[in-house]
Amino acid sequence: MQTTMKTTMKKTTKNKTGQNKDRSESLKAQKHMKHSTSAIMYSGIAICLLFACMCVYMVRYASTHEIEMFDNSYNSYAIRLSKEYLRGSIYSSDGEVLAYSEAEGNDAATQKRVYPYGNMFAHSIGYSSHGRMGVESEANYYLLNYHSGLSNKAQAEADSELVTADSVYTTLDTGLQQVAFDSLGVYKGAVIITDIRTGRILAMVSKPDFDPNQIDVIWNDMMTDKSNTSLLNRVTQGQYPPGSTFKIITTLEYLRENDNSYNGYHFNCNGSFTYDGNTIRCYHGSVHGALDFATAFAKSCNSAFANIGVGLDRRSFMNTLEDLMFEKELPYDLPASVSHTQVSESVDTHNLMQASIGQGQDSISPLHLNMITCAIANGGELMKPHLIDRVESVSGTAVKNFQAESAGRLMTRDESTALTELMTGVVERGTGTRLKSDAYTAAGKTGSAEFSSLSKGDSHAWFTGFAPVEEPEIAVTIIIEGAGSGGEYAVPIAKRMFDRYFLQ
Amino acid sequence: MNSYLEIYITGLSGYFLGIFYVLYVILGCVILFRDDEYYNNDPMYTLQNICMFLFHFTAFLCLCFKSGDMKLMGFYVACQLLMIGIIVVGKILYPYSDRLFTNNMCMLMTTGFIILTRLNYNKALKQFFIVSISMMISMGVPFVIRRFKFLHTFKWIYASIGIAALGIVLIAGTVTYGANISYTLRGITFQPSEIIKIVFVFFVASGFVRARSMSEVIVTSSMALVHVLILVLSKDLGSALIFAFIYVVMVFVATGNFLYVAGAAVLGGAGTLMAYRMFTHVQERIDAWIDPWITIDNSGYQITQSLFALSSGSTWGVGLMNGNPGAIPFVEDDFVFSAIVEEMGFVVGISLLAVCLISFIRALKMGAGLRSMFYRLLAVGLGSAYIFQVFLTVGGGVKFIPLTGVTLPFVSYGGSSVLTSIILFEVLTGVSLIAQDERDFYERENARYDADYDEDYDEEDYEE
Repeated sequence: MQTTMKTTMKKTTKNKTGQNKDRSESLKAQKHMKHSTSAIMYSGIAICLLFACMCVYMVRYASTHEIEMFDNSYNSYAIRLSKEYLRGSIYSSDGEVLAYSEAEGNDAATQKRVYPYGNMFAHSIGYSSHGRMGVESEANYYLLNYHSGLSNKAQAEADSELVTADSVYTTLDTGLQQVAFDSLGVYKGAVIITDIRTGRILAMVSKPDFDPNQIDVIWNDMMTDKSNTSLLNRVTQGQYPPGSTFKIITTLEYLRENDNSYNGYHFNCNGSFTYDGNTIRCYHGSVHGALDFATAFAKSCNSAFANIGVGLDRRSFMNTLEDLMFEKELPYDLPASVSHTQVSESVDTHNLMQASIGQGQDSISPLHLNMITCAIANGGELMKPHLIDRVESVSGTAVKNFQAESAGRLMTRDESTALTELMTGVVERGTGTRLKSDAYTAAGKTGSAEFSSLSKGDSHAWFTGFAPVEEPEIAVTIIIEGAGSGGEYAVPIAKRMFDRYFLQ
Repeated sequence: MNSYLEIYITGLSGYFLGIFYVLYVILGCVILFRDDEYYNNDPMYTLQNICMFLFHFTAFLCLCFKSGDMKLMGFYVACQLLMIGIIVVGKILYPYSDRLFTNNMCMLMTTGFIILTRLNYNKALKQFFIVSISMMISMGVPFVIRRFKFLHTFKWIYASIGIAALGIVLIAGTVTYGANISYTLRGITFQPSEIIKIVFVFFVASGFVRARSMSEVIVTSSMALVHVLILVLSKDLGSALIFAFIYVVMVFVATGNFLYVAGAAVLGGAGTLMAYRMFTHVQERIDAWIDPWITIDNSGYQITQSLFALSSGSTWGVGLMNGNPGAIPFVEDDFVFSAIVEEMGFVVGISLLAVCLISFIRALKMGAGLRSMFYRLLAVGLGSAYIFQVFLTVGGGVKFIPLTGVTLPFVSYGGSSVLTSIILFEVLTGVSLIAQDERDFYERENARYDADYDEDYDEEDYEE
């Protein structure tokens, strides 16, 4: 050890001349090593960041698309679950069982779905074989998952019973649903009742209907028979001419163009209105005489609204229709048809006059009209309509609560107040007087949509409205296909619903 | 009573599996950030082993109960003995090596055995033999790395082996799924590009032992480019990407010059664009990545099935044997990560990625501590090769990047993949021995220099 130290000492003194060069070389080498080391550090940091991004992406993608992927027909996981658990039950808001599953022995693969109310909830609850519909479709994910804990599972196993997946509580009310279902009777049509403040759907009836208990039996017949439209949920997917209910929208546009006031308008109705060679007639040829705006609205005077229509700015009208979600996806979680309008910047006078009174090529679904009514009643803000209130495990613990959710503002508070005044007039002294009641004050708009240009008598009876006017609670929208005028046929049915809600 | 127990064990196992894995990772992080000197008697390593064994046991207990097949317990014992063997023999043969590499390797292989047993018992058995044989083959690798100090002089030999092997595959290889990449021998598919990856790292490291000048960089670069081009022509784009990535990182570390990375990024972007234009199978994969849902019944099928698995797995997984990972085509090879997440959850999935990252960072730290450029590049190159392959396979499976069809090292089923990964980690272990030697050497040198310096100081320091 000592000797080696001495030799190195000698070497250092010998190489004295080359030492400066050596030093700069070694400094350079040191600097290079330093750069190399930072390069290693940067590479490491870059890779770590990349992995962090990947993990965040993976978890976010999987969780935000979870339900959508679960319901995808290519995903076999749902099928696997359906062989392990009994499908969860569906309840009404008043605690009645609307759907449950039962199996033979403890083999979940044999399970069968039972709908105690049969046809009554056919479209709103739907079915779960041959595809899915209604709540069965929307809540499929929850109806197949299990959150009741291990002890319940073990208990069921010990009793050799099947475990049932989580239960879904809907917003539907069996009382209102029953009244709506009975009132429509044998007519084809649709009824929807919503809670204005929360968007909860209290009743949803579409006719003709079917018995979901028999879906396996009747499926093939319904698929082959193209004229059978029983499976169609007319509330969400029916496309009807809006008829005079559209005057609400024409009025909103008028208000927007006239400083939110309709006091300056007067019209003398002699049963028809002609402009540019196009004539619009009042329903059943009525002559309304001298009218102000409120009376024209209450009496649903076609001539006056055609007159108002030709004075409207097309571009602005289009914007208003866009605000009211025409030609757009509705804020609703299940399939709903898009409503169409013929109003455009280049629309000719004839079609504009037709559009202003809701005839011609315009179309709307009862759900959409109900949404507009809700927004008017709720000071302009629309609460997103929904069918599912909450999910609970069989043992009663909350799995998920669906909160009321705003779907945005469709109009200003002043506009909604003005429309409410006009719609109150319809019930007080217009086409909706059959709705008058001592117990509550209602507001609404009737419509008689002529759907055939050939036979003048055929019209769908519309009514959309809400009550009480002072502090609105529920909105009712009704269409009865081919019944006649809204005032005569739809309004009395609406009264039964309001009575059921407010008097019981 | 029995079924009672079964329900509780299978129901709770998901949480335990996650917790053991997370504990393992936490211990790994502690070791990584605290211990630079490789104190291999540290009880942390033993604690890691305990977590690993508990994870292994819980998983197999669950598998046995769920499948009702008690012969799995026999396989469990065999796997457990193999792991203990690897750890103990490693410690006896190389007492001063870095145990973290061995531990991580065993943890990943344990995970692989569990998921393979669940997916396909026969393949798990085969994997067991592949691992055993590969371990025997590569046990001596650290010794070779430590003793043979002239490994950096074989630059041209490495290059010729690499180009020749890849070239032969290109010319004579069998066509597997649109890519000419493999030989099949007795049912075990052997993919030369896997093992050539390691030779390639040796080549680049020896090419840059002293390379500072532009011309040397150009020569090495063009040889590397030949490797990549052959792989592209073989339609083995996953491997081509890995080779390119290894090369870029190694040039960056060798020169410390960021311009090379920028240049490579431009070149890589142009290359990808050209590949997209030229090859239909590249187009298909990129289109399936952008929106797999429109081609769900066709080219998007694999990736959407993988996404289904990930989303049903969620945080703690659906439990072993409860999911349906068999629905994903090639799940044992390319999508094993999705199967792990489906049944054991994101907790285990992300922890697994953390184990991979810890190995990578360990290799980088080791490289940064080395003064010999060859071994420094070797450590960084092998670490990058490993982590980039993990990134490609996991990223592809979770739709973060397009699918490239590479395997997850140590976890996926496959002959050449397992052998290569084991050799790769054994080389790293060998480099850890070099690091130890170097440290000892410089400690001695420093002691001597300090002694020298005292005398030099008096004589020379005022000259400058």
